[in-house]
Amino acid sequence: MASSSCGGGSDRQMAAQHRLSIIAGHLQRPSGSNTAILAAECKAQASKPFVSSERRTVPRRRQEIMKWNGWGYSDSKFVYNKKGQAEFTGRRYKLSGMIIPGLKDWMENTFGATLQHKTTATPALNSSAVPPPTLNEAFMEELKSTGIPFSADAEDRVFRAHGHCLHEIFALREGKIGRVPDMVVWPNCHNDVVKIVELACKHNVCLIPYGGGTSVSSALECPPEESRSIVSLDTSQMNRILWIDEKNLTAHVEAGIIGQDLENLLNESGYCTGHEPDSMEFSSLGGWVATRASGMKKNIYGNIEDLVIHIKMVTPQGVIEKSCQGPRMSTGPDIHHFIMGSEGTLGVITEVTMKIRPVPEYQKYGSVVFPNFEQGVACLREVARQRCAPASIRLMDNEQFKFGHALKPQVSSIFTSFLDGLKKFYITKFKGFDPNRLCVATLLFEGDREKVLQHEKQVYDIAAKFGGLAAGEDNGQRGYMLTFVIAYLRDLGMDYYVIGESFETSVPWDRVLDICRNVKARIVYECKDKGVQFPPLSTCRVTQTYDAGACVYFYFAFNYRGLGDPVHVYEQVEHAAREEILANGGSLSHHHGALRLSALLSGTDAVANVWPGSW
Amino acid sequence: MASKVVYSPRDPMLKKRDDFEDVLEERRRSSDLRYALRCYTPVLYKGLTPCKASELKTMVLGSDQLHYVVNQVSRESGVSVDEVQAEASVILEEMAQRLQLSTIRFFAFTLSKVFKAMFRSICVNEEGLQRLQQVIQEHPVVLLPSHRSYMDFLLMSYILYTYDLPLPVIAAGMDFMGMKVVGEMLRMSGAFFIRRSFGGDKLYWAVFSEYVKTMLRNGFAPLEFFLEGTRSRTAKSLTPKLGLLNIAMDPFLKGEVFDVSLVPVSISYERVLEETLYARELLGVPKPKESTSGLFKARRVLSEDYGSIHVYFGPPVSVRSLAEGRVNRSQFSLVPRHIPMRPSEDVHGFVNDAAYRLVRAQEDNMVLKPWVLLASLLLQNQAAGKNQGVPLGELIQQAVWLRDLCRQFGAFLHWPDHVPPSEVVSSSLSLHSGLVRVSEDRVFLALEQGFLTAEEELLSQAVVVLSCASYRNQVLHVFLRPALLASAIHTASSSQKRKAPPPLSWLRFPLLTRVCDFEEACYLLTKSGALHVNQHEVLATERGHRTLAFLTGVLDPFLQGYQVRLVCRFLCEDATEALTERRFVPAVREFIIKHLLKGRLRYPEVLSSDLQRNALAALLRLGAVQKVQGCVCFAHLYVLHMDAFPF
Repeated sequence: MASSSCGGGSDRQMAAQHRLSIIAGHLQRPSGSNTAILAAECKAQASKPFVSSERRTVPRRRQEIMKWNGWGYSDSKFVYNKKGQAEFTGRRYKLSGMIIPGLKDWMENTFGATLQHKTTATPALNSSAVPPPTLNEAFMEELKSTGIPFSADAEDRVFRAHGHCLHEIFALREGKIGRVPDMVVWPNCHNDVVKIVELACKHNVCLIPYGGGTSVSSALECPPEESRSIVSLDTSQMNRILWIDEKNLTAHVEAGIIGQDLENLLNESGYCTGHEPDSMEFSSLGGWVATRASGMKKNIYGNIEDLVIHIKMVTPQGVIEKSCQGPRMSTGPDIHHFIMGSEGTLGVITEVTMKIRPVPEYQKYGSVVFPNFEQGVACLREVARQRCAPASIRLMDNEQFKFGHALKPQVSSIFTSFLDGLKKFYITKFKGFDPNRLCVATLLFEGDREKVLQHEKQVYDIAAKFGGLAAGEDNGQRGYMLTFVIAYLRDLGMDYYVIGESFETSVPWDRVLDICRNVKARIVYECKDKGVQFPPLSTCRVTQTYDAGACVYFYFAFNYRGLGDPVHVYEQVEHAAREEILANGGSLSHHHGALRLSALLSGTDAVANVWPGSW
Repeated sequence: MASKVVYSPRDPMLKKRDDFEDVLEERRRSSDLRYALRCYTPVLYKGLTPCKASELKTMVLGSDQLHYVVNQVSRESGVSVDEVQAEASVILEEMAQRLQLSTIRFFAFTLSKVFKAMFRSICVNEEGLQRLQQVIQEHPVVLLPSHRSYMDFLLMSYILYTYDLPLPVIAAGMDFMGMKVVGEMLRMSGAFFIRRSFGGDKLYWAVFSEYVKTMLRNGFAPLEFFLEGTRSRTAKSLTPKLGLLNIAMDPFLKGEVFDVSLVPVSISYERVLEETLYARELLGVPKPKESTSGLFKARRVLSEDYGSIHVYFGPPVSVRSLAEGRVNRSQFSLVPRHIPMRPSEDVHGFVNDAAYRLVRAQEDNMVLKPWVLLASLLLQNQAAGKNQGVPLGELIQQAVWLRDLCRQFGAFLHWPDHVPPSEVVSSSLSLHSGLVRVSEDRVFLALEQGFLTAEEELLSQAVVVLSCASYRNQVLHVFLRPALLASAIHTASSSQKRKAPPPLSWLRFPLLTRVCDFEEACYLLTKSGALHVNQHEVLATERGHRTLAFLTGVLDPFLQGYQVRLVCRFLCEDATEALTERRFVPAVREFIIKHLLKGRLRYPEVLSSDLQRNALAALLRLGAVQKVQGCVCFAHLYVLHMDAFPF
């Protein structure tokens, strides 16, 4: 992908937020005992890490800061306060502590979800409900001798037994716990992983790599019929930047580092990777590589496959890596291309060399309102044709526009609300946009101040040709910020009988409109067919643009009151929706990964001793 | 989404049929003018892109699909792109409709007058229209009426206007264009004209298919066309034509719309306008060219009584549910959608099956009038004796018996129950006084005598017989499967001369090869008490003889027509050399006339060119006959094999 000054970053951000939320959920809730952890120094690491590994977001005991059965940090969530207004708790986000007046009505009008009908999740993890671990004594003995920390504590194990698929979280909320890993190990460096994999092979133990726990492809699920001991290999302690090469603009990083830490640490040296998937708060570098991740600012920085220079992966057959760090080679098939997308089935990614860039001088958000979705898509297509996409450009459909509206925090001044009213009047009355058809594109520009302003003008000029009206920086910025809190919203929904999830696809330009319409219609149709009592939320947005097509995100949620097995219904509908995607020329996934879904295509299977994992 | 293709035994007592409403009743009570000028606000498709008929043309001419073909044609023929584009524009001009409300209002007024003069009633199932109203809002709609008369599409538009539904755009044959004023008026009421054949003309096909698809995708108006392609002269359903159905399904298969609803519509006439015209055509008198002056000459039909019309709007069939599990739609995602592609094997099979299903749906909902039963009885009677007629009382008694049988077989029979059977029968007979005569309480077919030559007499009588047969044919779909079984049983027991009843597997051969057809036949005959079926054999019951005899009789003329001895013997005896296809029918006709006059054949019906064409098509399919550069040859290898057939 050309990383010219143009780019489509806003899609990325949304995706990044989504991912972050998924990761956070994984991270949530360990509260039990952390026995048997030996903090062993990683002797193997000869050189001192370039950046120290203090101040890391996610501790070894994830339960300290993360929810055990929902998304993200324990202190951050949506609640209804005593007045019945929605509020976001905590202090971590811009939205934290704010009241969101429109959310309650939106929930009621969209889903028929009222305050009277509340479900209660199991409040805390009941350790006795966790099946006792199947331990491989010989493996444990030898592991102990290496000094690598491990634990068989119930809470540690449950935390690493799931990703953030709906069925996984739903089961946890109901207190249902299936097959979980029997043990968790925390390697500290590449050599630790080599030892662990060797021992696992020797003692016939299964390994599931675990990074940020934000998987949405069921890659962390333990096969229930597995009788061998399953060990979760948690890479979270391999989180150092080992070196930064300013001459070549690369950084060598351990694969367990999570996105926000990587960005923060690089920023300290004046650099960034620019890779910002929606889940970057919680997802890890290794996970990005293993799932072929995509970041919202890929238009400037590229997707993970464009960013990676070198990968070290430990497999049951030994360590695999390239012998040089050249930018391109012609020596047969690129080994990176089977590592990327292997989703943990082939080995454990331990270290990655990535491109880095100087932190951009200037960033500017923006937004454009279009009279309808068709015009919006036509505009994005033109932007892609001229290869002038900003860092991020995302187009929300009308339902999502309304949703974004409902998430507006309470405004403090009369002046602001007056201005809002004026804007609304201008767009709907003066310009004649139909509030039930209009849609919004959010934009993010990055780079030199001068170039950004020039670029901005170019994009707005194109938008104007398609009837787009500039709608301000605020709307754009809020759009991106919201992607990080949206995942929290699912937990609120689940408190009130609403379940939902998102899935994504990539599709050629000429099919974007058709796929959006048909998949949304199919979801509505299937919900009705499967006996869902309330009209579902079925919405989409175009989140990335490419030369030959776009990435489309679908959100789908419904009120499940009156259904016997809501998760099953959900899965049937999602399956149908994916079938529709395939029938309309879309791919099974753009960046989430598709391990669990590959049955839809042909049926690949996980191999050997190393199970699919999530990072 | 699941579609039930599986055969389910139809039980008239269980199956609730919709009630009918007479459209003309209101017309007879209030002003036609006010009706024609009333406020007309039809419900619209929710995804409608509002546009005028003229904008449609611009869209078609500017489409990627057309550009592709224009460039291709230009490259292949060496003609410049602009010229080809201009040619496309001319084709479109010739084809396109110009739907106009004022013309519709004109038709609403005149047709009200005409219909009131000609018909006693026009009955429509309102529930069907309500269903239609709903699907029109949801998805693009394709209306698929049966085609028995020129009246069909006027009638359809008239009804839709009456019920405030959007008026359809109608695919009509180019022959209408010959009628100067009327052609243009039809165009303004939504008809678009297509050439009867344009096999190799890529450009024509591209313009045509893109035009139809554009109207469908945009939800411009419901699309209406006749699956059978042309009016059925025999009242039997014709083999469906797949071209337009293919085009209509394409937007769904390629993901351009979420779904397309197909609505089969069954139109049944108590008396068909063109009845004797059809019979003459079948006997070899070519059909008169459509012309405006011809239409005026035909105005005497206005003073006659054509009874009632029943129009049944069937339940909408979703293309999506038809295609579920049958067509892999992702096959269309590997080639840009604007490039024309031949339908793949599976798509072709799918469209073909869908077409047959829809035709059967049309048949099932066809309302049968008492006259249809009388025609069946009179024809059998005619064949049995000379023309001595049936005593009226006996005919009534037989008709009542047949009515009950029909109902048991699930026929959609419109027999007024509150009226005594004798009145029902005599009213039917008087409506068809051109075909039957009642004298001295005996009922005769109106066969004229006293012609110069025997051949002329035969032909004139054949006209009456074929006309009657076209009514009898309306009930054929009800009896067809049981009748095939009955004939098989009959043949088996008479020719084999063995005591043991024939095994089930033998009876299925060769006509009821599909298991579901065979099972349906068994089910119906068992239900009516004519058969007793156990695991291994089929037994005719004592009281079943009458039923079986009747059923065998229904099929008899066809079997005789199909008989190898007829077409085959003709090919063996007379056709010493290969025949061109055009010469085939007249040659066979001559041959048959010879045999009829000699008394070797019983049924004048076998003179029907329809029957002969079908027989030839069947022989071609079986490989007994081969087509060599447009000539028909006999494949001698198959002679013996054909003679071995049980019929």
